[in-house]
Amino acid sequence: MPQYMISVHHDGTEDFESMTEEEMQPIFDAVDAYNEEVRAAGKWVFGGGLEDITSATTVDNTKGERLVTDGPFSESKEYLGGFWVMEHADLDEALEWAQRASEACQGKVEVRPFQAEPA
Amino acid sequence: MPDRTSSPALGVEIEQIFRAEHGRVVATMARRFGDLDLAEDATSEAIVAAMEKWPVDGVPPNPGAWLTTVAGNKALDRIRREAKREGKYAEAAQMNAQLEDDDSGRETGPVTDDRLRLVFTCCHPALAPQHRVALTLRLLGGLTVAEIAKAFLVEETTMAQRITRSKQKIKAAKIPYRVPREKDIAERLSGVLSVLYLIFNEGYLATDSADDPDRAVREELCDEAIRLTRLIQELVTGPPGKPGPLGPDPLPEVDGLLALMLLLDSRRPARVADGMLVILPEQDRTLWDAQKIDEGHALVRRCLAVNRPGPYQYLAAINAVHTDALDSSMTDWEQIVQLYDGLLRVSPTQMVELNRAVAVAELDGPAVGLAQVDRLDLEGYHAWQATRADLLRRLERYDEAREAYQRAIDLAGNTAEKAWLTHRLDQLPPNRRQRSSGTGDSLR
Repeated sequence: MPQYMISVHHDGTEDFESMTEEEMQPIFDAVDAYNEEVRAAGKWVFGGGLEDITSATTVDNTKGERLVTDGPFSESKEYLGGFWVMEHADLDEALEWAQRASEACQGKVEVRPFQAEPA
Repeated sequence: MPDRTSSPALGVEIEQIFRAEHGRVVATMARRFGDLDLAEDATSEAIVAAMEKWPVDGVPPNPGAWLTTVAGNKALDRIRREAKREGKYAEAAQMNAQLEDDDSGRETGPVTDDRLRLVFTCCHPALAPQHRVALTLRLLGGLTVAEIAKAFLVEETTMAQRITRSKQKIKAAKIPYRVPREKDIAERLSGVLSVLYLIFNEGYLATDSADDPDRAVREELCDEAIRLTRLIQELVTGPPGKPGPLGPDPLPEVDGLLALMLLLDSRRPARVADGMLVILPEQDRTLWDAQKIDEGHALVRRCLAVNRPGPYQYLAAINAVHTDALDSSMTDWEQIVQLYDGLLRVSPTQMVELNRAVAVAELDGPAVGLAQVDRLDLEGYHAWQATRADLLRRLERYDEAREAYQRAIDLAGNTAEKAWLTHRLDQLPPNRRQRSSGTGDSLR
């Protein structure tokens, strides 16, 4: 069964810090409920939310020497907030589940297929 | 036997067969082998084989079946060449033989469904609109990459890349090859219709014809859009007397779009004269194509009777009112304004408001029309500037009109349209009236 990553992207304009718990809670609840549905439908592979982008550390060992830097690898304002990996029959099914994911987490989501395992 | 290899008539006939059969053969191959790329290549190879054989031996009695059989064999040849394991070829060969038996003699049923599947795949919302257009013309329409590139004034390599990328995405992301489920049909079909309308519009008023001033109207795109819309109509309606694959009551919007294209296209012979666009009120109506008008009117009546109006039906009805008038002074503007009101309910866009304002200006005078035009936020759009320029001209506010014409000319992409706007600008008399206070603000 093909696997798809459904990832949640923040564009840097969101102000999570000033959101109150009362504002956040409905989103958490919706995501929990959604996760349950994904599991119940047998589509679940893995998923979770990521800590804030300030917690990121970048490791570069492409030159044969480990270089560790604080922060994300990309200068871009956009960053990954979390993701699901799910199994779907085809893109139409993946898009349908992505549509509900976006509604639950109140963010734009990107759908990308994993490379097929070599036959 | 006479030598037919050089007969131009036979060449044209063969060309038409390729166009007509291309979608069918690609669609059948895609179902048999589950690979759009392979389906396209196998079809192309079958066409090359036909180009060698038919001029010598004559066109076979069932050319579609001939092409399908040859394409199937070509696809199998490629699978055999590329197979990494032994079993794969044997499986494919067996499946092909089985499906070939199943398909033989069937003109509808799975074959019709195949083409419908192909349409929905080519027009999938996960593909960029330009890519949908290219893929539809290539796979369903059977146009060559060179022809599509020429029609859209892009390099052939660019167009080839566009098509290759779309096919790669279809494969990698697993865009399904099937008719969408019933609850998604209406939405997806309207996506298909908008691709066809995009193709038509690109032909009807080409966005950029600067390199080739003689090609303000790219007729082959209009013709192709109409041909493909007829095909969609046939596919969704199904054979006469039987409910189509999309249920007994197909979308009246399909009829609406076909009617709209026919009615717009009926005016094609009168739209450009001496490289200059001729606007509707000034067209020589005796040049209009009466056959297309009759067919368009019949379709408008048929789809409106279903009483499920949509944007294409309203646009078709508006154009039916225009083509009803023997002379532009006989146009029923009141009915046109009413139809625009209906269109605004289903498609509330500023563009529709702009077109409605043009009709209002005919009904209630240019001052009323201009007030509505000025409320819209379409300054960067050439049609807004051109409409405004014309209304200002009629109000004898020539300085402001001059400025608006100039902006419209700068923004217009079509050479014939630029020529017409320039002509109008040159004809403007010097200003006679003082600019009334406060109305020229939006010109900046």
